[in-house]
Amino acid sequence: MAENTNSVQNELDYHKKKKKEEMKQQVITFALMIVFTIIAFTMVAAGLDKLFVIPIIVVLAIVQVIFQLYYFMHMSHKGHELPAIMMYGGISVAFLTILTFLVLIWW
Amino acid sequence: MSHDTLNPEVMPSEPEKATLEGKNKFLGFWFFLGGETVLFASLFGTYLALRNSNNGGPTSEELFGLELVFVMTMLLLTSSLTSVYAMYHMKNNDFRKMQIWLGITVALGLGFLGFEIYEFYHYIHHYEFTFRSSAFGSAFYTLVGFHGGHVLFGLLWIITIMARNAKRGLNLYNAPKFYIASLYWHFIDVVWVFIFTVVYLMGVI
Repeated sequence: MAENTNSVQNELDYHKKKKKEEMKQQVITFALMIVFTIIAFTMVAAGLDKLFVIPIIVVLAIVQVIFQLYYFMHMSHKGHELPAIMMYGGISVAFLTILTFLVLIWW
Repeated sequence: MSHDTLNPEVMPSEPEKATLEGKNKFLGFWFFLGGETVLFASLFGTYLALRNSNNGGPTSEELFGLELVFVMTMLLLTSSLTSVYAMYHMKNNDFRKMQIWLGITVALGLGFLGFEIYEFYHYIHHYEFTFRSSAFGSAFYTLVGFHGGHVLFGLLWIITIMARNAKRGLNLYNAPKFYIASLYWHFIDVVWVFIFTVVYLMGVI
């Protein structure tokens, strides 16, 4: 019995340590997101060329969202197969929707 | 020895997915988020198609101020991190710290909402830019206002579960509720990342 309690305690300590490490990762992710945001705003404020800035800020936004989904919303953890299917399904339809709306006004 | 399945002596390391109800909530909520993605995409598509149809009224370059948007972005981004902290403490079964971090999240969210109300007020009173001014106005207020509505709903949601469970403490019944509210809050930030990029930054270039 004593041994059993001990192993439960060990497992809890292990999880606690793992969560702490993950929390550190989250803070780094957050710092990167702040940096991306500042880069995007500075590039626009600097008044650089439109064709150069727009693709970069869109890519920065996509990377930020990937960070948000995979780290803050834990999609990188296991047991997230169905959430991934739902999100990727949603994102594909979202992409088609935006494409359709833009092509509609092309002419 | 009592056998209360919702209040175990040792909390599991993932209390939000320890019960069948919790697992179902988790899956159902991600399903909902997939749908929300499509819903916001249709609003983004509408905005992108109509953003230059200003009907002689103010254009996006004249309206948008990057300083305010930057502050709002920082508030919402930080509130996303504070809700990660709240879930970290939830998984460590520290109810008090979770409530504190959720409280900070709510405060930052309220700050964001206050700035957004100020922004809309400013546009309406100084530029006479309203929902009915132009197709651009309709698309702008629908998209950004819908996101603001999500922020308001998220705040009311988090405040409600914080107050409802204040004396209960954390158990396997309410852990999924807290977890899902935090997922919703992150999703609000996901949408905002695209709003500040597509609406505001691309609007002033």
